Amino acid sequence: MANRLKVEDVNIYYGAFKAVEGVTLTFEPRSVTAFIGPSGCGKSTVLRTLNRMHEVIPGGRVEGSITLAGQDLYAAEVDPVAVRRTVGMVFQRPNPFPTMTIFDNVVAGLRLNGLRNKSELADAAERSLRGANLWNEVKDRLNKPGAGLSGGQQQRLCIARAIAVEPHVLLMDEPCSALDPISTQAIEDLIEELKTDYMIVIVTHNLQQAARVSDQTAFFNLAATGQPGKLVEVGPTPRIFEHPVHESTEAYVSGRFG
Amino acid sequence: MSATSAAETTEATGTPLARLVAARRAAYRADVVTDDPPQLTRGSASRRLTDQVARVVMWASFGLAMVPLVWILGTVVARGYELLLASSWWTLSQRNINAADVGGGAVHAIQGTLIQAAVTAAISVPLGIFTAIHLVEYGRGRLARAVSFMVDILSGVPSIVAALFIYAVWVTTFGFQRIGFAVCLSLVLLMIPVVVRSTEEMLKLVPNGLREGSYALGVPKWITITRIVLPTAFSGIVTGVMLGLARVMGETAPLLILGPYTKSIATNLFDGYMPTLPTMINQDRTEIGLDSAMERMWATALTLILIVLALNLIGRWAARRSSVRR
Ligand SMILES: Nc1ncnc2c1ncn2[C@@H]1O[C@H](COP(=O)(O)OP(=O)(O)OP(=O)(O)O)[C@@H](O)[C@H]1O
Ligand SMILES: [Mg+2]
Repeated sequence: MANRLKVEDVNIYYGAFKAVEGVTLTFEPRSVTAFIGPSGCGKSTVLRTLNRMHEVIPGGRVEGSITLAGQDLYAAEVDPVAVRRTVGMVFQRPNPFPTMTIFDNVVAGLRLNGLRNKSELADAAERSLRGANLWNEVKDRLNKPGAGLSGGQQQRLCIARAIAVEPHVLLMDEPCSALDPISTQAIEDLIEELKTDYMIVIVTHNLQQAARVSDQTAFFNLAATGQPGKLVEVGPTPRIFEHPVHESTEAYVSGRFG
Repeated sequence: MSATSAAETTEATGTPLARLVAARRAAYRADVVTDDPPQLTRGSASRRLTDQVARVVMWASFGLAMVPLVWILGTVVARGYELLLASSWWTLSQRNINAADVGGGAVHAIQGTLIQAAVTAAISVPLGIFTAIHLVEYGRGRLARAVSFMVDILSGVPSIVAALFIYAVWVTTFGFQRIGFAVCLSLVLLMIPVVVRSTEEMLKLVPNGLREGSYALGVPKWITITRIVLPTAFSGIVTGVMLGLARVMGETAPLLILGPYTKSIATNLFDGYMPTLPTMINQDRTEIGLDSAMERMWATALTLILIVLALNLIGRWAARRSSVRR
């Protein structure tokens, strides 16, 4: 497939601190990749370099090459804002905009980028909310504040908001870690559906979740605190869970560690 | 860290040393986990006494702090309200009213104070807010540190110094007249640091997650600031502006130095004298032996307090109308 996302030999820094070293991996369109690994090994850091959110942090710096459909995301002529429009992101903690209604939240990305047409906005809102499995719950209160929803609904609102701008790739950093099992189930179902249109990368601490939703799993680890995190191995999810090559992967997925 | 603990558990069944460590650990746990019932009753007598003392001290301090406030307010209201009840107070000026005459109007001074406050705010609010945005959203490095330092210094400048500075520039250096606009300039110097500092605090309170959430939608930074960050911080910013205005409206030194009083209505910022409430009080102070002047001073003070109060209420109302929705 042409629209691959390729990460090659990437080092990531926070100021002088090298947080992640030598990551190489490829993401296929219409597939789900899970990032697993112990806390602090750099999963979020790698994820945030895929849409150039890493450089928002003071001192954040990336070496190596990251290409989407053959274009270097870090080339001088590339606009990070355009990259983020193409590669959307859902955060660990739901972050609806507190001054906005549910409707305004969903269309925020479109409206703040200049779309004014009312009926187009309304269409986009309904499409995205249906896409995020939230439409039925909120269709009668689109003008109520987004912050008034439950945590799971807020997270789905954030997913709706992310897919409203029609990105190619959707990054999710522990999207279920603040949610109850039922909301988690709803989001996992959603990932399954979204997969038909998007490339998805999800960070999770829940190994069952990684096994359930992902096609490909990447295991990250770090040798010791203060050392950079590394990609230990990546492969089709069943192989990583059943026949891992590395001992540390084996230890991690069998729950003997972390 | 997790790696070492995993290693230890696997070892625990192995070497004698590891078994010893495991035993010690189990013993330690037995020390910590007791079978004593948890203590759920209120603390000891001395603990309760401390609590009582702290409570009394707290309420006493609160009461002490309230005494002067209530006293001043009570006196001002009691001695000034009568003139405010007459409609002439709100419609007439002091024109043709002598110090010995009772009452008269304050509308000339009210207008002057409001106009000067409005112009001061119109200059300081945008400058202050843009400065705060620079410091919080863009400021790293030397310029931001220098600006921040300057704002600190400016906020410590006594009003008389601000007034004399403007006097030195406006009158001594350029040779201009003492006019209302010069007063506004010195008030701007006093208001900017209040606006900058309060706006800065409010912007810092906006969670970073909101900014990142907006960036992640492909929204440029400046739109994120104007459409996400500023609206979220709006009510706090309004409160800060109101505080700044309240401070500025009660200022007297710049008015005495740069804006001489007149008893007639005079609303031109750029020409001639301009009456204000503080200078009106000062005018009557020169005749303080007269009961009529004394009463007018109290009434003028009450008018100023009411205007500041009204502005605060308007600010709160505006802040409530378009702020964070819950
Ligand atoms: N803003 C930051 N500034 C400096 N160092 C950071 C920052 N964020 C993360 N780090 C460091 O980078 C390393 C990787 O962090 P990262 O957040 O990517 O880990 P993670 O794998 O996502 O962990 P978790 O599972 O706990 O979320 C850690 O050592 C962390 O301390
Ligand atoms: Mg993380």
